[in-house]
Amino acid sequence: MVQFNLPKNSKIVTGKTWPKPEGATNVRKFQIYRWSPDDEKNPSVDTYFIDMDKCGPMVLDALIKIKNEIDPTLTFRRSCREGICGSCAMNIDGINTLACIYGLDEIKGDVRIFPLPHMPVVKDLIPDLTHFYAQHASIMPWLETKTNRPEKEWRQSIEDRKKLDGLYECVMCASCSTSCPSYWWNGDEYLGPAALLHAYRWIIDSRDEATGERLDYLEDSFKLYRCHTIMNCAKTCPKGLNPAAAIAHIKKMMLERTH
Amino acid sequence: MNFLTDRKRATGLGSGGTGAQHHWLTIATSLSLVVLVPLFVFTFGYAVGHSLEEVLAFYSSPCIAIITALCLVGGIIHLKTEVDEAVEDYVGGIKRKLTLIAVAGFCYTLMAAGLFALLKLAIQ
Repeated sequence: MVQFNLPKNSKIVTGKTWPKPEGATNVRKFQIYRWSPDDEKNPSVDTYFIDMDKCGPMVLDALIKIKNEIDPTLTFRRSCREGICGSCAMNIDGINTLACIYGLDEIKGDVRIFPLPHMPVVKDLIPDLTHFYAQHASIMPWLETKTNRPEKEWRQSIEDRKKLDGLYECVMCASCSTSCPSYWWNGDEYLGPAALLHAYRWIIDSRDEATGERLDYLEDSFKLYRCHTIMNCAKTCPKGLNPAAAIAHIKKMMLERTH
Repeated sequence: MNFLTDRKRATGLGSGGTGAQHHWLTIATSLSLVVLVPLFVFTFGYAVGHSLEEVLAFYSSPCIAIITALCLVGGIIHLKTEVDEAVEDYVGGIKRKLTLIAVAGFCYTLMAAGLFALLKLAIQ
């Protein structure tokens, strides 16, 4: 629900400024959100300087460099470093994206890095995605069948398989859901673009036999209809997917079965 | 902390079973207003500046009265659906229910008053 005033202990203050690397000529400034549950301090923005001549091209390279060489307490998620796992989603230069595939050359001026917006923070750049994952689980992200034939492979035409393109590629990084104002205000009930994109992926799978039940579950003014086609999800998706279109298709199917 | 599982928290009370009808009503009234609003502006604009007798004669025409009534009803229904959305977005708990009742009361009163005024104009 909308809260117009932040609690006092949520207000971001200026943090520590770390020293510049000695002898470096190509230095870049990084401003990074810091918060730890282990102390009573407000969140802060620490300033780091990196010698870009000794740093990789991606934002994740810079973060790893900071953690390895400047401040080992900086905390963030990362795994595959090639845009497949979705772990390193964060707000970089005002955009929710994956640090591993976002080039430092795409950012003008200082690099500002925050955790995904409007989510509880576990520590530093790590948001708590527990509810996000539970919402994903609630849409039954698996093939649901009623019949036991065929016994072996369930075949699918090339045309039906093509319907899954633009959907199955989602890596559940949560960039889209956390960029959606509707999800910010009503994230406890609204499923959000990521879960709905996955829901549609299973709804239109020609092999799935629970289409009606899936639509029944989504037939709710909050679970589905909080989407107001703001399109932030499509704009921010680091994989170039369009959750808003998937949601529009679900709404269309809802109308098809009632009108 | 009430020891609910994450899944139970996400599922909540399940599906309310509504939404498609509201969505359909919004689309249907939007489309009808695309046609009705220009017609209303044209007819209302024509009546502006004329004498009372001329306006009464103008609105006694069934075609003009029906266009105005449809625009009024369609417009207010559309207004209600959109305001309901905004209320559901930004207001929570018991305040949400009370605000929705107030919005419905205001919209239906507005509609009744408008239709009554139009009827009075049309049959005088």
